[in-house]
Parts: sequence; C-alpha cells; structure tokens
Amino acid sequence: MKNDFRKMEDEMDRLATNMAVITDFSARISTTLQDRHKRITKLAGVHALLRKLQFLFELPSRLTKCVELGAYGQAVRYQGRARAVLQQYQHLPSFRAIQDDCQVITARLAQQLRQRFREGGSGAPEQAECVELLLALGEPAEELCEEFLAHGRARLEEELRSLEAELGPSPPAPDVLEFTDRGGSGFVGGLCQVAAAYQELFAAQGPAGAEKLAAFARELGSRYFALVERRLAQEQGGSDNSLLVRALDRFHRRLRAPGALLAAAGLAEAATEIVERVARERLGQHLQGLQSAFLGCLTDVRQALAAPRVAGKEGPGLAELLANVASSTLSHIKASLASVHLFTAKEVSFSNKPYFRGEFCSQGVRESLIVGFIRSMCQTAQNFCESPGEKGGATPPALLLLLSRLCLDYETATISYILTLTDEQFLVQDQSPVTPVSTLCAEARETARRLLTHYVKLQGLVISQMLRKSVETRDWLSTLEPRNVRAVMKRVVEDTTAIDVQVGLLYEEGVRKAQSSDSSKRTFSVYSSSRQQGRYAPSYTPSAPMDTNLLSNIQKLFSERIDVFSPVEFNKVSVLTGIIKISLKTLLECVRLRTFGRFGLQQVQVDCHFLQLYLWRFVADEELVHLLLDEVVASAALRCPDPVPMEPSVVEVICERG
Amino acid sequence: MEDDAPVIYGLEFQIHVIDFDDENNIINKNVLLHQAGEIWHISASPADKGVLATCYNKTADGKVVTCAAVWRMPAELEPGGHESPEDAASPAHALELLCHLGPAAHGSTACVAWEPAGDGKRVISLADNHILLWDLQESSSQAVLASSASLEGKGQLKFTTGRWSPHHNCTQVATANDTAVRGWDTRTMSQIYCIESAHGQLVRDLDFNPNKQYYLASCGDDCRVKFWDTRNVTEPVKTLEEHSHWVWGVRYNHSHDQLVLTGSSDSRVILSNMVSISSEPFGHLVDDDDLSEQEERSQEPPQDSVIATYEEHEDSVYAVDWSSADPWLFASLSYDGRLVINRVPRALKYHILL
Repeated sequence: MKNDFRKMEDEMDRLATNMAVITDFSARISTTLQDRHKRITKLAGVHALLRKLQFLFELPSRLTKCVELGAYGQAVRYQGRARAVLQQYQHLPSFRAIQDDCQVITARLAQQLRQRFREGGSGAPEQAECVELLLALGEPAEELCEEFLAHGRARLEEELRSLEAELGPSPPAPDVLEFTDRGGSGFVGGLCQVAAAYQELFAAQGPAGAEKLAAFARELGSRYFALVERRLAQEQGGSDNSLLVRALDRFHRRLRAPGALLAAAGLAEAATEIVERVARERLGQHLQGLQSAFLGCLTDVRQALAAPRVAGKEGPGLAELLANVASSTLSHIKASLASVHLFTAKEVSFSNKPYFRGEFCSQGVRESLIVGFIRSMCQTAQNFCESPGEKGGATPPALLLLLSRLCLDYETATISYILTLTDEQFLVQDQSPVTPVSTLCAEARETARRLLTHYVKLQGLVISQMLRKSVETRDWLSTLEPRNVRAVMKRVVEDTTAIDVQVGLLYEEGVRKAQSSDSSKRTFSVYSSSRQQGRYAPSYTPSAPMDTNLLSNIQKLFSERIDVFSPVEFNKVSVLTGIIKISLKTLLECVRLRTFGRFGLQQVQVDCHFLQLYLWRFVADEELVHLLLDEVVASAALRCPDPVPMEPSVVEVICERG
Repeated sequence: MEDDAPVIYGLEFQIHVIDFDDENNIINKNVLLHQAGEIWHISASPADKGVLATCYNKTADGKVVTCAAVWRMPAELEPGGHESPEDAASPAHALELLCHLGPAAHGSTACVAWEPAGDGKRVISLADNHILLWDLQESSSQAVLASSASLEGKGQLKFTTGRWSPHHNCTQVATANDTAVRGWDTRTMSQIYCIESAHGQLVRDLDFNPNKQYYLASCGDDCRVKFWDTRNVTEPVKTLEEHSHWVWGVRYNHSHDQLVLTGSSDSRVILSNMVSISSEPFGHLVDDDDLSEQEERSQEPPQDSVIATYEEHEDSVYAVDWSSADPWLFASLSYDGRLVINRVPRALKYHILL
C-alpha cells in the first residue's frame, strides 16, 4: 500500500509537471498562432462580406431571372433578404444603383403578381400565395384587402346573376329546392371560401379588416336574400308545403355554417327572419285557402238548392248537403294543419328557433289560422242575415237553415275537436294569450241562433205576405155566401207543411205539449173555444155589446199573453211555432183594418176553422193557435156591422169538403 | 190635457173626450156622437180647442168610402172648460158638422193634418194618391181647395199617413206611401225629397223632430223605427229595433226631443232616450267652476237607450202621444179600448232638466 501511494504520488507529480509543460507549450502555440488566427478570421469575415456583396450585385439579374422563370416565391425571398441592407447603405452610389434596379424589378414582380391575382381563374390557394407574397413585398395591406374582396365579389356576383337569371320568366322555373341548393352551394360556399381565405391572410389586420369583411358579407348577403325572397314569393299556390319546407331547411342550414365566421354580418339572423316571414305568409295563404274553400262549398249548396228538380230523381237532401259541407270543411282544415305541421318537424333545422317553437304554434297556427278561420266562417254566415233586401233577397231560406245547423254542430262538437287536434300537433310553448274553446263555442252558438231567427222571420214574412194580400185585396162587404175554403188558406197550409218537412230534415222534433184527444174535432163556436175554463160566450147580440167585450177583456187578463217574437229554440217545433205566430198575427192586424159584410165574416170563420184544423199539429202548444184564430174571428166580428155567424156544423162540413 | 179615444160600438160611433186632472189623478169622460160613420183618423185643431177633423168610413151601396170632415164640439164639453158634472148617465151630445173636406171623388181619405203653428185655417188631407191643401174660411164652415198634388207611378199608389213639419214656416209636409216617405213643399206642391224603401214593409207613422229642423222619424211593419236626416236620404241616422212586431206610432216629445215614444202591435209601448241625435246631445252647458275634477272625468258621450217598456196593454197598441200641456205625460191606446196614461220616470226628468 505505501508503495502504491508512493507510486501514485510520483505519478501525480509527473502529471503535474507534464500539465505545466503542456500549458506552457499551448500558450506558446497560441501566441504563435495568434497572429495567423486573427488574419484568418478577418479573411473569413471578408469572404462572407464579399459573398453578400456578390449576392447584392447579382441581385437584379437574379431577380429578373426569377421573374422570368415565374419563381416568384424565391424572388420575394431574395428581395426580403436584401432590402434591409440596401436601405442602410443607400447613400453609397453603387448600392443606390443596385437598390434602384431592385426596386424596378420588384415593382415589376409585384405587378405580375397582381396580374396573376387579378386574373382570378386560378384557384384560391394560388391566390392566397399571391397575396402572401405581395404582403411580404410590403404592399399596403388595405389595398390588398380591397382587391381581394373585389375579386371575391366579382365571383360571387356572377353566382348571383346566374341565380337571378333563374327567376326570369322565360326558362321554366326550376324547383325551389334546386334553386336554394344552387344558391346555397354556389353563393354561400363561395362566400365561405372567400371569408376563410381572407381571415387567414389578413388576420394580422385586426378589427379594421374584419369590419371590411363583415361589410362585404352583409352587402352581398342582402342581395342574395333579396333574390331568395323573390323566388320564395313565387311559391304562391299549392297547399303542399313539403317542397317549400325542404328548400327553406337547406337554405337555413347553409347559412348556419358561415355564421361562426361571419357572425358580425348577422347573416344567420337574417336567414331566420326570412324563414319566419315565409312561414307567416304561408299561414296567411292557408287561411285564405280555407275561406275560399268554404265559400265554394256554400256556392255549391246554393246551386244544388236552386237546381230544378229532375223529374223522378230527388235532388240531394238538406241533410246530405249539410254533411258534405261539414266533412269537406273538416278535411280542408286537417289538410292545412298537416301541411303546416311540416314547418315544425324535428328534422328541419329552423324548427328549434324560438319563433317556431312558440309564436308560430300559438299565434300563427292556432290563433290566426284555426281560430281565424272559424271566426270568419261565423262572420260569413252572419252576413247572410244582414242581406239588405227584406223580401228575402237572394238568400234561399234553406241555406240559412243549413248554416245554422252547421254552426250548432260546430258549437257542440267540432270546435273542441279541431282545437284539441291543433293543440296536440303543435305543442304550445309560450305564454301568449289564446282564445279558449268556450269563447269560440259561444260565438258559434250565437251565429246559429241569429241565422235561425232570420230564417223564421223570412219564412214568416213569406206566409204573412200571402195572408195580407188575401185580406187586403178582397172585397169583404159584397162577398157571397162562402161555399168553400179560400185557396189562399190551402196554400198557407201547404207551405207550412213544406217548411215543416224542410226544418225536420235538419233539426230534431222538439217537445210539444200533450194534445187533448179531441183537438181536431173541437166544436167551433164564434168567439170561444171549448176550453176547460169555458170562456163566457153568448151568441153575439147587438143589445149587449159591452158585456162581451168587457168579459173578453177580463178573460185576456187571465190568459197568457202571446209573445210573437219569443226567442227561437233549436228544434223544429219552436221554429214552426215562430213562423205560425208571425203569420197569424199579421192576419189579425190585417183583419182589423177592414170592414166585413155578413158573408165576409162567415168566410173568415170558415178560413180560420180550416187553418185551425191543420196548423195545430205544427206548434208546441196548440192552445196558441186556437187563441190567435179566435182573436181573428172576434176582431172580424167586431168589424162587421151585421154579424151573423155561420152554424158550426156547416162550417165543419165546408172545411171537410174543401 | 185633452185626449180623444174613438171606440167603435156597433152602429154608434162615438168620440170620448177624456179629461185628466193631473193633480188629483181623476179622469172625467164625456161622450160625443159622431153619426156620420166609423172614425179612422182624428186630429184636433191647434188653434181652436173645440174644433177637430175626422176621417170616417161611410158604407154606401156595398162599398166603403172614407171621407173627411171638420167638426165642432159643443161648447160646454170643451176640455179645459168649467168642470162638467160627473154623471155617467148624461146624454151623449152630438158633434156639429162644420164642413166636409171635399167630395169623396178624390178617393178614400187616409189622414187629415192641421198646420201646426197657424191659426187653424189650413189643413192637408191625403186621399188615395192625392195631397189636398184646404183653406178653411168663415170660421171653418167652408173648405176651399187651395192646391193639390198627385203621386204618379205604376200601380195603385195610396198614401197611408202624413205629417206637417213644424219648421220652415210650416211649409213642408211629409207623407208615407207603401215603403217610401216623401216630403212636399206646400207652397208649390212639389216633391222635395223621397226616401225610397224607408222600411222593408209598409210605413205606418211619421213624426218630425220639434227642435231639429231636418230630422224625421218613421216606423213601419218591419218592426223598426228609423230616424232620418232629410238632407241625406240614402241612409237612416239611427235605427231602433226594440219591438217584435209592427210599430204603429212614433212620437217625439214636444219640448225634449231626446224622448221618443213608440207603440207597437206586440202590446208594448217603449220610451227611448235618443240623446245622440237630439238637439242637446250633451245636456245643458255647465260652468266650469261648478264641475269638480271627478265629474269632468266621468262625463262621457251619452248613450242612446231604452228608458222604459210599458206592458200594461193586453192587445196591440195603435196610438201613442205626448201631452201638450205637461211635457212629461204621455198616453197610449190599444185595441181593446184601454187608454193608459204614464209619466216619464222622475230620475230621468231631473237629469234632463238639471
């Protein structure tokens, strides 16, 4: 061990001395070579400088060669490298010359680049390259932006023009779907490309550049929308919405993509607005379609009613016509609902928008379309009541009857059915006020009531006119002894029967007061009816005029007053009662205005008995008919200076004969 | 107040003169005999309380002809005179015939109307399709035909009723024939205006608004009452459809023309407040100092309304009229001979007055 250590020590000493020697030598070499080292460094530096200078001197020719060869990128790179140096040493005349040359060539280069850029036929990447190079050349960025946009605009305008050409009348207009496809892919695609490229290239430009892009997009976008709207406006007719909805869907979808890029331009919102507008218009068109279909139904009904009956063939009954109208209207409504429903289908891109989820369903479909249609139906029906001519005008009474039954049916069943259907299909999600079912039903019932009242008035008028003419035009003083019932009365009974049948086709019978068993065989003495109360009825003698009158007045106090125009219920008996009341009251008033001879009075007696025989079965309460007819005969007797009533048996014989 | 209620009893045609004592609510009745025939129309002279004109039916040779004549009531039975004894058994007095209004050759006379503001010297009678203007001379004992006019046209045109307008110096008369209402100038006897199809059916009665010059009310068998401005006859100013059967009479209140009375064969008398077309649509003008803030705010344009429906009659009401003595009193007459006298509700009366 000691040896080893001693050896190591020796070694270490030796190493130390060697190192010292080496250091010594190294130092001596460095100093010797120092000189050379310096000189070589200097040479190397000069060499590099010379190479640079060479490069500079050759720069113009190189640039020219590059330009000729079309290697623009390289040229621009060279130029970039040399620019700073040239700038710094431009006070040296030689450098200045070089710089000038370079500038000339660079200018040419830029021009060529621009040329290439403008030609445009080249695709976008090449253009992007040009723009990049130009930017690197130090061209002002705004100009480039403008040019780039202008170039893009030119392309897009061409697209727009071709779209517009499609709108023209001469070539057969293609599908809406094709149109929006073309527009979407051509224009919108191009716009997206331009926008993307722009943003890439000019990202460094900051907000000003983005603003320009937005303005550009907005302007072109608005023109595009204008064209789209024009085309959509052409889609007027047709109740089928499927094509339209698909086209709108494509259109909207396309514009959602660039939305991110062009958020500032608000294109997506504009597109949504367009879709909403179209949807609203469509709803309006549907409403009009429904209304005109309804009016068409009514015209058909009128024609069917007015058509002369072909011998041997019964025309369509009222019930059938009513069923036709009701079913066709309902089917139209359902069809409209179905086609409008397409707007809210899940697959459609805009069905999620708040408008479609909310306002479209509640205000648009339910309120404007359905409720609006029902209301307009009621209004149309009511307009028939207000026909100016009191003589019945052009409205056939059967139409009034049919419409009133239709409205009544709507009130009882159909309205709630339709609204339930609507609510199911279009789930209402917003809070706007909607018309409750009860309001609509009340309106429909009111319309039905008015129509029925008008019907009663019209028919009552017809019969009243007959009776009035018959009383006014006859000479009652010098008439002969009555042998038979007057033809007018038979007509009246026939007409009343016809009306009864007509109303019976559509309305239920109604409730009648129980008839007494001997209604049709009542003994008919002059002023009384054989009622249970037994009105005091002496045979009329001139000597006691006061008593009879007084007693009849007292009797009237206790009997119920007849209301000629009590509201009409929705059943046949009520309608007929109304009509008969009007007619008999007219007869009463007319009789009170004339003076009767003896036989005139007897004729009135016969006529009234005949009416009583046949009219009692139509009214709700047969006492009514008895009362009115008794009044008629009583008034006639009062108007007669020489009243001698006919024997009841003779009256009956004549009536049975006639 | 005088009121006449013709009731027809067998061969005795009578006029009942009924005295209504307002303060004591007592009715006196006197009966006058009118033997000439059955009375269809009656009107009293505005000047002389005892003079009246009637249209009556005369049956001759199996034909009925309506004639018109002027009569005088016996002096002691003149209404408003000294009190007559309440004696139901007093013998009926007879009317004294003053003069006939023309030969019956003109046709059946439907109506006789006295000139309202005149001295009882001029009358108009409507016979078939003629209007005849008479001058009564020598204390109404002689009637001279001053002028006449006829209605030309297809068919049998017949006047049904007529009324003298109290405006324009009493030179205008309105007549009704079938569904048309025509206005005539009595100075030239020419037609001034014509309201075609005033009503859907026959026009029964007319009346002029006493305060507003050009306003006229008509009622007819279409159950409606229509108010017209004669300067614009294409459309009625207002239409009332309160009745359910023919309206036989319409009358404006003589001083407050917003009160309109109508009677109809549905046995009802309806008093309506037609404020919007009256001469005082907003009531009296009140000084602003008197109105407190709240009152001003609550003043809205007044609404037309039905004031009351009177259902005391059991049969058709054929005539209604206002009293010329007390503007709040009116009477109505129905077929069964019932005469009902009513008042305007007090609340409304004070509202109008104050």
